[in-house]
Amino acid sequence: MSEPAKITLEVQRYHPEQDSGPRWQRYTVPYTAEMSVLEGLQYIKDHLDGSLTFRWSCRMAICGSCGCMIDGEPELACHVFLRDYAPGPVRVAALDHFPIQRDLVIDHSDFLEKLETVHSYLIPAEERTPADGTHRQTPQAMADYYDYAQCINCLLCYAACPQYGWHPDFAGPAALALLQRYNLDDRDGGHRLRERVIDAEQGVWGCTLVGYCSEVCPKGVDPARAINQNKAGSAARYLLGWWRPGRRRGEDRE
Amino acid sequence: MKRSHEPPLWLLFGAGGLLAALLGPALILLTGVVVPVAAERGVEVLGYEATRELLARPLVGVLLALSLGVVLWHAAHRIYHTLRDLGMRAGQGVWWACYGSAAIGTLVAIGAVIALW
Ligand code: SF4
Ligand code: FES
Repeated sequence: MSEPAKITLEVQRYHPEQDSGPRWQRYTVPYTAEMSVLEGLQYIKDHLDGSLTFRWSCRMAICGSCGCMIDGEPELACHVFLRDYAPGPVRVAALDHFPIQRDLVIDHSDFLEKLETVHSYLIPAEERTPADGTHRQTPQAMADYYDYAQCINCLLCYAACPQYGWHPDFAGPAALALLQRYNLDDRDGGHRLRERVIDAEQGVWGCTLVGYCSEVCPKGVDPARAINQNKAGSAARYLLGWWRPGRRRGEDRE
Repeated sequence: MKRSHEPPLWLLFGAGGLLAALLGPALILLTGVVVPVAAERGVEVLGYEATRELLARPLVGVLLALSLGVVLWHAAHRIYHTLRDLGMRAGQGVWWACYGSAAIGTLVAIGAVIALW
Protein backbone atom coordinates (compact mmCIF):
# COMPACT_ATOMS: atom_id res chain seq x y z
CA MET A 1 0.00 0.00 0.00
CA SER A 2 1.31 3.47 -0.84
CA GLU A 3 1.88 6.15 1.81
CA PRO A 4 -1.17 8.35 2.45
CA ALA A 5 -0.93 11.92 1.10
CA LYS A 6 0.06 14.57 3.66
CA ILE A 7 -1.02 18.13 4.22
CA THR A 8 0.51 20.82 6.42
CA LEU A 9 -1.81 22.73 8.73
CA GLU A 10 -0.74 25.94 10.41
CA VAL A 11 -3.02 26.33 13.36
CA GLN A 12 -3.42 29.42 15.48
CA ARG A 13 -2.57 28.74 19.10
CA TYR A 14 -3.38 31.11 21.93
CA HIS A 15 -3.75 30.64 25.66
CA PRO A 16 -4.66 34.11 26.89
CA GLU A 17 -3.52 33.29 30.43
CA GLN A 18 -0.02 32.26 29.31
CA ASP A 19 0.76 33.72 25.88
CA SER A 20 1.50 37.32 25.07
CA GLY A 21 -0.24 36.89 21.71
CA PRO A 22 -1.48 34.30 19.22
CA ARG A 23 1.16 32.23 17.39
CA TRP A 24 1.14 29.68 14.56
CA GLN A 25 1.97 26.02 15.04
CA ARG A 26 2.65 23.63 12.15
CA TYR A 27 1.37 20.08 11.96
CA THR A 28 1.67 17.53 9.17
CA VAL A 29 -1.40 15.39 8.83
CA PRO A 30 -2.07 12.35 6.60
CA TYR A 31 -5.37 12.79 4.83
CA THR A 32 -7.78 11.05 2.50
CA ALA A 33 -10.06 12.59 -0.10
CA GLU A 34 -13.14 12.55 2.13
CA MET A 35 -11.50 14.15 5.20
CA SER A 36 -12.78 17.54 6.29
CA VAL A 37 -10.57 20.22 7.83
CA LEU A 38 -12.31 19.42 11.12
CA GLU A 39 -11.14 15.83 10.82
CA GLY A 40 -7.63 17.18 10.26
CA LEU A 41 -7.88 19.08 13.54
CA GLN A 42 -9.22 15.98 15.24
CA TYR A 43 -6.26 13.99 13.90
CA ILE A 44 -3.91 16.55 15.45
CA LYS A 45 -5.71 16.37 18.79
CA ASP A 46 -5.81 12.57 18.85
CA HIS A 47 -2.31 11.83 17.52
CA LEU A 48 -0.04 14.87 17.60
CA ASP A 49 -0.99 17.43 20.22
CA GLY A 50 -3.77 16.85 22.74
CA SER A 51 -3.62 20.47 23.92
CA LEU A 52 -5.13 21.90 20.70
CA THR A 53 -8.54 23.32 21.56
CA PHE A 54 -11.48 23.75 19.17
CA ARG A 55 -15.27 23.36 19.18
CA TRP A 56 -17.28 20.85 17.21
CA SER A 57 -20.28 18.63 17.61
CA CYS A 58 -22.36 17.52 14.63
CA ARG A 59 -19.63 17.20 11.93
CA MET A 60 -22.26 18.00 9.28
CA ALA A 61 -22.93 21.75 9.16
CA ILE A 62 -25.86 21.60 11.53
CA CYS A 63 -24.67 22.69 14.98
CA GLY A 64 -22.69 25.75 13.89
CA SER A 65 -19.94 25.30 16.46
CA CYS A 66 -16.86 24.63 14.28
CA GLY A 67 -16.58 28.02 12.55
CA CYS A 68 -13.05 29.28 12.00
CA MET A 69 -10.94 31.22 9.53
CA ILE A 70 -9.47 28.87 6.95
CA ASP A 71 -6.86 30.58 4.78
CA GLY A 72 -8.45 33.85 5.84
CA GLU A 73 -12.04 32.93 4.92
CA PRO A 74 -14.77 32.23 7.46
CA GLU A 75 -15.76 28.56 7.06
CA LEU A 76 -17.25 25.68 8.97
CA ALA A 77 -14.29 23.34 9.48
CA CYS A 78 -16.59 20.35 8.91
CA HIS A 79 -17.90 21.79 5.64
CA VAL A 80 -14.60 22.10 3.71
CA PHE A 81 -12.20 19.38 2.67
CA LEU A 82 -8.48 19.02 3.29
CA ARG A 83 -8.01 17.90 -0.32
CA ASP A 84 -8.96 21.38 -1.53
CA TYR A 85 -6.06 22.92 0.42
CA ALA A 86 -3.43 20.20 -0.21
CA PRO A 87 -0.50 20.13 0.10
CA GLY A 88 -0.82 23.23 2.27
CA PRO A 89 0.22 24.89 4.38
CA VAL A 90 -3.37 25.84 5.12
CA ARG A 91 -3.90 28.32 7.92
CA VAL A 92 -6.62 27.65 10.46
CA ALA A 93 -7.38 30.46 12.91
CA ALA A 94 -10.11 31.52 15.31
CA LEU A 95 -13.06 33.43 13.81
CA ASP A 96 -12.27 37.10 13.21
CA HIS A 97 -13.81 39.84 15.35
CA PHE A 98 -14.38 37.74 18.48
CA PRO A 99 -12.26 37.44 21.62
CA ILE A 100 -10.35 34.15 21.79
CA GLN A 101 -10.90 31.92 24.79
CA ARG A 102 -8.29 29.38 23.73
CA ASP A 103 -6.79 28.44 20.35
CA LEU A 104 -9.76 28.23 17.94
CA VAL A 105 -12.45 28.70 20.57
CA ILE A 106 -14.05 32.13 20.56
CA ASP A 107 -16.19 33.85 23.15
CA HIS A 108 -19.56 34.47 21.49
CA SER A 109 -21.32 36.15 24.42
CA ASP A 110 -21.54 39.41 22.46
CA PHE A 111 -23.70 37.68 19.84
CA LEU A 112 -25.90 36.04 22.47
CA GLU A 113 -26.55 39.42 24.08
CA LYS A 114 -27.46 40.87 20.70
CA LEU A 115 -29.76 37.97 19.96
CA GLU A 116 -31.72 38.87 23.08
CA THR A 117 -32.25 42.45 21.91
CA VAL A 118 -33.89 41.50 18.58
CA HIS A 119 -36.82 39.55 20.06
CA SER A 120 -36.08 36.53 17.91
CA TYR A 121 -39.04 34.49 19.05
CA LEU A 122 -42.68 34.34 18.07
CA ILE A 123 -44.78 37.04 19.71
CA PRO A 124 -48.28 35.82 18.82
CA ALA A 125 -50.38 38.40 17.00
CA GLU A 126 -53.46 37.28 18.93
CA GLU A 127 -53.76 35.94 22.45
CA ARG A 128 -53.54 32.19 22.41
CA THR A 129 -53.55 29.43 24.98
CA PRO A 130 -52.37 25.85 24.53
CA ALA A 131 -56.06 24.92 24.37
CA ASP A 132 -56.26 26.70 20.99
CA GLY A 133 -54.11 23.90 19.59
CA THR A 134 -51.32 24.08 17.03
CA HIS A 135 -50.56 27.55 15.68
CA ARG A 136 -50.89 26.58 12.04
CA GLN A 137 -49.83 28.41 8.93
CA THR A 138 -49.91 27.69 5.21
CA PRO A 139 -46.80 26.47 3.36
CA GLN A 140 -46.85 29.72 1.36
CA ALA A 141 -46.76 31.79 4.54
CA MET A 142 -43.91 29.67 5.83
CA ALA A 143 -41.97 30.15 2.59
CA ASP A 144 -41.84 33.89 3.34
CA TYR A 145 -39.35 33.43 6.17
CA TYR A 146 -38.09 29.85 5.69
CA ASP A 147 -34.63 30.82 4.36
CA TYR A 148 -33.99 33.12 7.31
CA ALA A 149 -34.99 30.36 9.70
CA GLN A 150 -32.09 28.20 8.50
CA CYS A 151 -29.52 30.10 10.55
CA ILE A 152 -27.38 27.87 12.77
CA ASN A 153 -25.71 30.74 14.69
CA CYS A 154 -22.29 29.76 13.39
CA LEU A 155 -21.20 33.43 13.30
CA LEU A 156 -19.31 33.13 10.03
CA CYS A 157 -21.23 36.21 8.92
CA TYR A 158 -19.93 38.24 11.88
CA ALA A 159 -16.38 37.23 11.03
CA ALA A 160 -17.06 38.33 7.45
CA CYS A 161 -18.61 41.70 8.30
CA PRO A 162 -16.09 44.57 8.25
CA GLN A 163 -18.61 46.86 9.94
CA TYR A 164 -18.99 44.50 12.89
CA GLY A 165 -15.19 44.48 13.11
CA TRP A 166 -14.98 48.28 13.25
CA HIS A 167 -18.15 48.92 15.24
CA PRO A 168 -18.82 46.06 17.65
CA ASP A 169 -22.08 47.78 18.68
CA PHE A 170 -23.65 46.80 15.34
CA ALA A 171 -26.31 44.13 15.91
CA GLY A 172 -24.82 42.26 12.95
CA PRO A 173 -26.02 39.97 10.17
CA ALA A 174 -27.40 36.86 11.90
CA ALA A 175 -29.25 38.73 14.66
CA LEU A 176 -30.91 41.02 12.11
CA ALA A 177 -31.74 38.10 9.80
CA LEU A 178 -33.41 36.34 12.72
CA LEU A 179 -35.29 39.52 13.51
CA GLN A 180 -36.59 39.52 9.96
CA ARG A 181 -37.46 35.84 10.22
CA TYR A 182 -40.01 36.64 12.94
CA ASN A 183 -41.17 39.88 11.33
CA LEU A 184 -42.07 37.92 8.19
CA ASP A 185 -43.99 35.24 10.10
CA ASP A 186 -47.71 35.81 9.58
CA ARG A 187 -48.45 34.48 13.08
CA ASP A 188 -46.22 37.10 14.68
CA GLY A 189 -47.30 40.48 15.99
CA GLY A 190 -44.02 41.80 17.41
CA HIS A 191 -43.09 44.28 14.64
CA ARG A 192 -43.42 47.37 16.78
CA LEU A 193 -41.09 45.98 19.40
CA ARG A 194 -38.45 45.15 16.81
CA GLU A 195 -38.70 48.55 15.08
CA ARG A 196 -36.57 50.07 17.82
CA VAL A 197 -33.69 47.77 16.92
CA ILE A 198 -34.19 48.16 13.17
CA ASP A 199 -34.25 51.97 13.33
CA ALA A 200 -31.24 52.29 15.61
CA GLU A 201 -27.71 53.23 14.62
CA GLN A 202 -26.73 49.72 15.73
CA GLY A 203 -29.59 48.22 13.69
CA VAL A 204 -29.99 48.00 9.92
CA TRP A 205 -28.29 51.39 9.49
CA GLY A 206 -25.02 49.93 10.73
CA CYS A 207 -24.92 47.91 7.48
CA THR A 208 -23.11 49.36 4.46
CA LEU A 209 -24.19 46.52 2.14
CA VAL A 210 -20.82 44.86 1.72
CA GLY A 211 -22.67 41.56 1.22
CA TYR A 212 -19.82 39.28 2.29
CA CYS A 213 -22.01 37.89 5.11
CA SER A 214 -24.37 36.36 2.56
CA GLU A 215 -21.48 34.96 0.58
CA VAL A 216 -19.94 33.07 3.50
CA CYS A 217 -23.20 31.82 5.05
CA PRO A 218 -23.15 28.02 4.83
CA LYS A 219 -26.96 27.80 5.08
CA GLY A 220 -27.93 30.26 2.34
CA VAL A 221 -29.56 32.63 4.82
CA ASP A 222 -28.67 35.86 2.93
CA PRO A 223 -28.53 38.18 5.95
CA ALA A 224 -27.58 41.15 3.74
CA ARG A 225 -30.95 40.84 2.04
CA ALA A 226 -32.80 40.53 5.34
CA ILE A 227 -31.15 43.71 6.61
CA ASN A 228 -31.71 45.75 3.49
CA GLN A 229 -35.34 44.72 3.20
CA ASN A 230 -35.80 46.84 6.29
CA LYS A 231 -34.15 50.06 5.19
CA ALA A 232 -37.06 51.43 3.14
CA GLY A 233 -39.56 50.84 5.96
CA SER A 234 -37.22 52.34 8.51
CA ALA A 235 -36.67 55.40 6.32
CA ALA A 236 -40.45 55.78 5.93
CA ARG A 237 -40.85 55.70 9.72
CA TYR A 238 -38.13 58.33 10.02
CA LEU A 239 -39.93 60.69 7.63
CA LEU A 240 -43.18 60.01 9.43
CA GLY A 241 -41.36 61.11 12.58
CA TRP A 242 -40.71 64.50 10.92
CA TRP A 243 -44.36 64.70 10.22
CA ARG A 244 -45.26 63.82 13.77
CA PRO A 245 -42.24 65.02 15.75
CA GLY A 246 -43.61 63.84 19.10
CA ARG A 247 -43.37 60.28 17.98
CA ARG A 248 -39.76 60.50 16.93
CA ARG A 249 -38.67 62.22 20.09
CA GLY A 250 -40.35 59.44 22.00
CA GLU A 251 -38.30 56.89 20.11
CA ASP A 252 -35.10 58.83 20.67
CA ARG A 253 -35.47 58.67 24.39
CA GLU A 254 -34.37 55.12 25.05
CA MET B 1 -30.67 52.36 21.48
CA LYS B 2 -30.01 55.55 19.58
CA ARG B 3 -32.15 56.20 16.53
CA SER B 4 -30.10 56.48 13.38
CA HIS B 5 -30.23 59.70 11.38
CA GLU B 6 -29.04 57.97 8.27
CA PRO B 7 -32.44 57.58 6.53
CA PRO B 8 -32.57 60.98 4.75
CA LEU B 9 -29.03 60.46 3.48
CA TRP B 10 -29.93 56.97 2.36
CA LEU B 11 -33.10 58.08 0.59
CA LEU B 12 -31.13 60.64 -1.44
CA PHE B 13 -28.52 57.96 -2.10
CA GLY B 14 -31.26 55.62 -3.34
CA ALA B 15 -32.81 58.31 -5.51
CA GLY B 16 -29.42 59.10 -7.05
CA GLY B 17 -28.71 55.45 -7.73
CA LEU B 18 -32.09 54.94 -9.36
CA LEU B 19 -31.67 58.01 -11.52
CA ALA B 20 -28.15 57.08 -12.55
CA ALA B 21 -29.29 53.59 -13.49
CA LEU B 22 -32.22 54.94 -15.50
CA LEU B 23 -30.55 57.90 -17.19
CA GLY B 24 -26.99 56.63 -17.45
CA PRO B 25 -27.53 54.23 -20.36
CA ALA B 26 -29.78 56.73 -22.16
CA LEU B 27 -27.14 59.45 -21.81
CA ILE B 28 -24.42 57.14 -23.06
CA LEU B 29 -26.54 56.22 -26.07
CA LEU B 30 -27.41 59.85 -26.73
CA THR B 31 -24.01 61.47 -26.32
CA GLY B 32 -21.94 58.52 -27.45
CA VAL B 33 -23.93 57.30 -30.45
CA VAL B 34 -26.93 59.40 -31.46
CA VAL B 35 -25.29 62.84 -31.38
CA PRO B 36 -22.10 61.91 -33.29
CA VAL B 37 -23.94 59.75 -35.84
CA ALA B 38 -26.46 62.53 -36.42
CA ALA B 39 -23.63 65.07 -36.71
CA GLU B 40 -21.96 62.94 -39.35
CA ARG B 41 -25.15 63.16 -41.37
CA GLY B 42 -25.31 66.88 -40.89
CA VAL B 43 -28.16 66.85 -38.36
CA GLU B 44 -27.62 68.75 -35.12
CA VAL B 45 -29.01 67.00 -32.04
CA LEU B 46 -28.56 68.59 -28.63
CA GLY B 47 -26.78 71.54 -30.21
CA TYR B 48 -25.44 74.34 -28.06
CA GLU B 49 -28.17 76.88 -28.74
CA ALA B 50 -31.01 74.38 -28.35
CA THR B 51 -29.60 72.93 -25.13
CA ARG B 52 -28.98 76.38 -23.70
CA GLU B 53 -32.52 77.40 -24.47
CA LEU B 54 -33.86 74.24 -22.86
CA LEU B 55 -31.79 74.75 -19.71
CA ALA B 56 -32.84 78.36 -19.43
CA ARG B 57 -36.41 77.20 -18.73
CA PRO B 58 -36.50 77.39 -14.95
CA LEU B 59 -38.34 74.12 -14.38
CA VAL B 60 -36.09 72.10 -16.71
CA GLY B 61 -32.93 73.73 -15.41
CA VAL B 62 -33.71 73.25 -11.74
CA LEU B 63 -34.89 69.67 -12.25
CA LEU B 64 -31.71 68.87 -14.11
CA ALA B 65 -29.52 70.51 -11.47
CA LEU B 66 -31.32 68.57 -8.73
CA SER B 67 -30.96 65.31 -10.65
CA LEU B 68 -27.27 65.99 -10.91
CA GLY B 69 -27.30 66.73 -7.19
CA VAL B 70 -28.79 63.39 -6.15
CA VAL B 71 -26.38 61.50 -8.39
CA LEU B 72 -23.50 63.38 -6.72
CA TRP B 73 -25.09 62.53 -3.38
CA HIS B 74 -25.18 58.88 -4.36
CA ALA B 75 -21.45 58.98 -5.11
CA ALA B 76 -20.67 60.82 -1.85
CA HIS B 77 -22.61 58.30 0.23
CA ARG B 78 -21.01 55.30 -1.49
CA ILE B 79 -17.49 56.73 -1.22
CA TYR B 80 -17.97 57.56 2.47
CA HIS B 81 -19.22 54.07 3.30
CA THR B 82 -16.59 52.34 1.19
CA LEU B 83 -13.88 54.24 3.07
CA ARG B 84 -15.38 52.98 6.30
CA ASP B 85 -15.56 49.42 4.94
CA LEU B 86 -11.88 49.67 4.07
CA GLY B 87 -11.16 50.45 7.68
CA MET B 88 -10.56 54.19 7.46
CA ARG B 89 -11.47 55.95 10.67
CA ALA B 90 -13.78 58.19 8.68
CA GLY B 91 -14.80 60.92 11.11
CA GLN B 92 -16.55 64.25 10.76
CA GLY B 93 -13.87 65.60 8.41
CA VAL B 94 -14.31 62.85 5.82
CA TRP B 95 -18.08 63.05 6.22
CA TRP B 96 -18.04 66.75 5.38
CA ALA B 97 -15.59 66.23 2.53
CA CYS B 98 -17.88 63.63 0.90
CA TYR B 99 -21.33 65.07 1.47
CA GLY B 100 -20.03 68.66 1.40
CA SER B 101 -18.62 68.28 -2.11
CA ALA B 102 -21.92 66.78 -3.27
CA ALA B 103 -23.78 69.71 -1.73
CA ILE B 104 -21.39 72.23 -3.31
CA GLY B 105 -21.71 70.48 -6.68
CA THR B 106 -25.49 70.72 -6.42
CA LEU B 107 -25.36 74.42 -5.52
CA VAL B 108 -22.98 75.14 -8.40
CA ALA B 109 -25.35 73.34 -10.80
CA ILE B 110 -28.34 75.31 -9.53
CA GLY B 111 -26.30 78.52 -9.74
CA ALA B 112 -25.32 77.69 -13.32
CA VAL B 113 -28.88 77.21 -14.50
CA ILE B 114 -30.02 80.36 -12.69
CA ALA B 115 -27.25 82.27 -14.48
CA LEU B 116 -28.91 81.24 -17.77
CA TRP B 117 -32.24 82.88 -16.91
S1 SF4 C 1 -26.69 33.86 8.99
FE1 SF4 C 1 -25.53 32.14 8.09
S2 SF4 C 1 -23.36 32.70 8.53
FE2 SF4 C 1 -24.64 33.93 9.89
S3 SF4 C 1 -24.78 32.78 11.80
FE3 SF4 C 1 -26.58 32.22 10.55
S4 SF4 C 1 -25.97 30.40 9.42
FE4 SF4 C 1 -24.08 31.33 10.20
S1 FES D 1 -19.32 20.47 13.68
FE1 FES D 1 -21.39 21.15 13.65
S2 FES D 1 -21.34 22.66 12.12
FE2 FES D 1 -19.34 21.84 12.00
